[in-house]
Amino acid sequence: MPLMIGVPREKFAGEKRVATVPDVVGKLIKLGFAVTVESGAGEAASFSDEAYRAAGATVAATAAEVWSRSGLIFKVRAPDSAEIALMQPGTTLVSFIWPAQNPDLMQQLAARGLTVLAMDSVPRISRAQKLDALSSMANIAGYRAVIEAAQHFGRFFTGQITAAGKVPPAKVFVIGAGVAGLAALGTAVGLGAVVRANDTRPEVADQVKSMGAEFVPVDYAEEGTGVGGYAKVMSEGYQKAQLAVFAKQAAEVDIIITTALIPGKPAPKLVTAEMVRSMHPGSVIVDLAAEQGGNCELTEPGTVVVRHGVTIIGYTDLPSRLARQSSTLYANNLLRLAEELCKAKDGSIDVNFEDEVLRGTTVIRDGTVTWPPPAPKPVAAPPAKAAAAPVVAKKSTHGPGEPMSATALATVFGVGALLFALIGLYAPASFLAHFTVFVLACFIGYMVIWNVTPALHTPLMSVTNAISSIIAVGALIQVAPPQGRPSGLILGLAVAALTLTAINMFGGFAVTRRMLAMFRK
Amino acid sequence: MSSSLVAVVYIGAAILFILSLGGLANPETARRGNLLGTIGMVLAVLATVLGPRVTAAGFPWIVAAMLVGGSIGLYAARVVQMTQMPELVALMHSLVGLAACLVGFASYIDPDMELSGAEKAIHEMEIYIGILIGAVTFSGSVIAFGKLSGKISGRPLLLPARHWLNLAALLVVIWFGYAFLQAADVAAGMLPLTVMTLLALLFGVHMVMAIGGADMPVVVSMLNSYSGWAAAATGFMLANDLLIVTGALVGSSGAILSYIMCRAMNRNFISVIAGGFGAAEGAAPAAAGSQPAGEVTAISAVETAELLRTARHVIIVPGYGMAVAQAQHTVYEITRLLREQGVEVRFAIHPVAGRMPGHMNVLLAEAKVPYDIVLDMDEINEDFPDTDVAMVIGANDIVNPGAEDDPASPIAGMPVLQVWKARTSIVMKRSMASGYAGVDNPLFYKENNRMLFGDAKKMLDEVLVALKG
Repeated sequence: MPLMIGVPREKFAGEKRVATVPDVVGKLIKLGFAVTVESGAGEAASFSDEAYRAAGATVAATAAEVWSRSGLIFKVRAPDSAEIALMQPGTTLVSFIWPAQNPDLMQQLAARGLTVLAMDSVPRISRAQKLDALSSMANIAGYRAVIEAAQHFGRFFTGQITAAGKVPPAKVFVIGAGVAGLAALGTAVGLGAVVRANDTRPEVADQVKSMGAEFVPVDYAEEGTGVGGYAKVMSEGYQKAQLAVFAKQAAEVDIIITTALIPGKPAPKLVTAEMVRSMHPGSVIVDLAAEQGGNCELTEPGTVVVRHGVTIIGYTDLPSRLARQSSTLYANNLLRLAEELCKAKDGSIDVNFEDEVLRGTTVIRDGTVTWPPPAPKPVAAPPAKAAAAPVVAKKSTHGPGEPMSATALATVFGVGALLFALIGLYAPASFLAHFTVFVLACFIGYMVIWNVTPALHTPLMSVTNAISSIIAVGALIQVAPPQGRPSGLILGLAVAALTLTAINMFGGFAVTRRMLAMFRK
Repeated sequence: MSSSLVAVVYIGAAILFILSLGGLANPETARRGNLLGTIGMVLAVLATVLGPRVTAAGFPWIVAAMLVGGSIGLYAARVVQMTQMPELVALMHSLVGLAACLVGFASYIDPDMELSGAEKAIHEMEIYIGILIGAVTFSGSVIAFGKLSGKISGRPLLLPARHWLNLAALLVVIWFGYAFLQAADVAAGMLPLTVMTLLALLFGVHMVMAIGGADMPVVVSMLNSYSGWAAAATGFMLANDLLIVTGALVGSSGAILSYIMCRAMNRNFISVIAGGFGAAEGAAPAAAGSQPAGEVTAISAVETAELLRTARHVIIVPGYGMAVAQAQHTVYEITRLLREQGVEVRFAIHPVAGRMPGHMNVLLAEAKVPYDIVLDMDEINEDFPDTDVAMVIGANDIVNPGAEDDPASPIAGMPVLQVWKARTSIVMKRSMASGYAGVDNPLFYKENNRMLFGDAKKMLDEVLVALKG
């Protein structure tokens, strides 16, 4: 009998999202599951019961039916105590949990003997990106933030020259260029605004530029990348420099969108009351960190206020305000999770703790709290570090400094010593002089060649080719030695050799020149 | 010019050669490096000609030989196409090898060398070894040229018991070497010397014939190394330090290149030389038993253009197929258009892409692609997850995920470009045929991979038109 996936209606006030959409229902059924949706679950996101039914789901009249009969519950918000009580022990729940902020909830869930996968705890590794609901929600929040700002901002975003006069473009400043920040600045750029952004993590500067915005750096040397690619708390000196930059921006721009969050900490206060006062009247601040206390000192979470003539938007439910879109993306994230849980596609789930993604996501297994997971491997290694590393890394992979195994080294030295001993014993002095030169030249070659950039390997070959025609010197001294010419044969051989090397010499240098001339920035 | 003055000029030339190679560390200094090398060569030749060991009687011969050879060389350098660089380089190696042989023979029959005892033995040994290396370089390079230009099949030719044949040849060469040293006069020594030369020529042919097309970069750099050792051996033979230094520089350069190429393929140098990448190929896929399953998804040129246009980060992975189709200029046009539209386009070069080290870089440079967006595998591999579209043009084995995932794959362990980590990868290919290594490529069956079938040049032209439209 296939496992039943239950999708109850969200009870939280103002929550319009739903954990699955008709399109995804079909795919879940293909994985072998059966799906029950509570009547009216998708209504706020414009998905009718009819659409769910058409996709193959059963529509249950009451919430109790969904909660008690399903082996796997898909939800957006964490359940309340009444809902928890409805679940059978052994049921698996997938939703946002925020285990760090909600210890009581965790206790209740564990006491009920459930298995809980928290969509906010998906590890930040590349493989898990497709089920990273935080990112897909942040993306929507970023987009919606700009739309909300546009709603409250009394001017065009794009600059225009009209018959009625010139309209300057709106200036938007985005603080924090994470997923939400990037989505916001992309949207704002798309609307035609002049967009600037700042982030404590220097490596996102390129991403900001790639979206068509300008990166405003804080001139203070400190690396802001914490574990898992998230931001961390900065030093006091940095914060001072940062506030100075923000104050300057605040006086110039029309719209500020703040998205600065540090995992597990209250949102940093980055926009002071003073800065708000310095803004033009009619300006707008959208505070995406409102739920964690807000980045702006004057933000009131959940609502819109006007302070010093500046509209400050503190909505905490931006994704829900784009319910159809956010439901679709969230449903897709859950589908990917279902695929991970059900590798066999037979409608049964296996919470495999060997799997890094499932291990990180699971916060309670069979009533035992398994959160926090063991520290993640630093997979999302900060690209900034990588940018600095290549010089060193390259040396260690390509370079002569590559450590050999002790035995290999000993063998090389042993053979070398034996060879040298033989030569020393039997070779005449004149040979040794040349041999010295030869060995030293080999070493010089070895040192020099490792510095050649791989891009120039072809020119390297052609130029070494050209200089190996130095053999011409050998031919030259045989053409007409001062002792007189003993035989025409030698002359013939020497002239032939000279011709061949001349081809090489001229051709080699010329073609190298031609090639190198092509390398340009 | 006195002989001391000549010696000093030789030292200067040697230093210039070292600086010349050192200059290749980056494209900025490389042009100057080449110039320094040229100056070094001019100095060395002039000093020799004007020095005490060449009399005026030789000048006409020298000028004539230089004129003939120089014009041929300059002409070849002018007309050669960048896609043919590997052939040209192989051909030039063969010339060095042949010249080393000729100088060796001339030196042997030169009666002016009055040596005796150990010095004579050493001198003759130097001649013997010099000719040996020269001959192997010559015939090996000629065969490599044939294979690269398609005049000889790229498939490895594997004679039965080929290792024994080589061993036998080596023993015969050593035996005749002994006979050669014992020879009383030049005439008596000529027979062993000639037989050895023939054997060495055969050995060179056999060695390169046994090496498959995919290993060609190793062969070309190995022959590069040999041509250096041939020059060094000639230097010993003539007691000329400049030749020794230069030969050693070139020899170690080629050896390092071979090593880099081998490592880029996760192959042991000995096993490449021993030949036959194709040898394991017949059995391996069957034994592996993990034939990639699934559907390949084809894509049209117009859709490709659409994908590229909407992408933010694009990485292009060129391979030998791009060189064959002469598509580098179209690639550049596409790159230019996309960059104008704000798409970040970069190139990822695998060390063994193409038929010689650095082949792809030269082709892209020819097409005016700025070198700062052309990156090595090590530099760019970790950027694929952040890439929207990875476009593979005429490459196969170097983007084969089987090298990482499938321990049974014949190319297991070879570092590859991880194009499958990009959001979408597009592989341009003529058909579903496997690459030189004869290994099927699971990349083609990946969910996020699209195949653009057709001639690379033609398809890219269509993409370009669609992008412009």
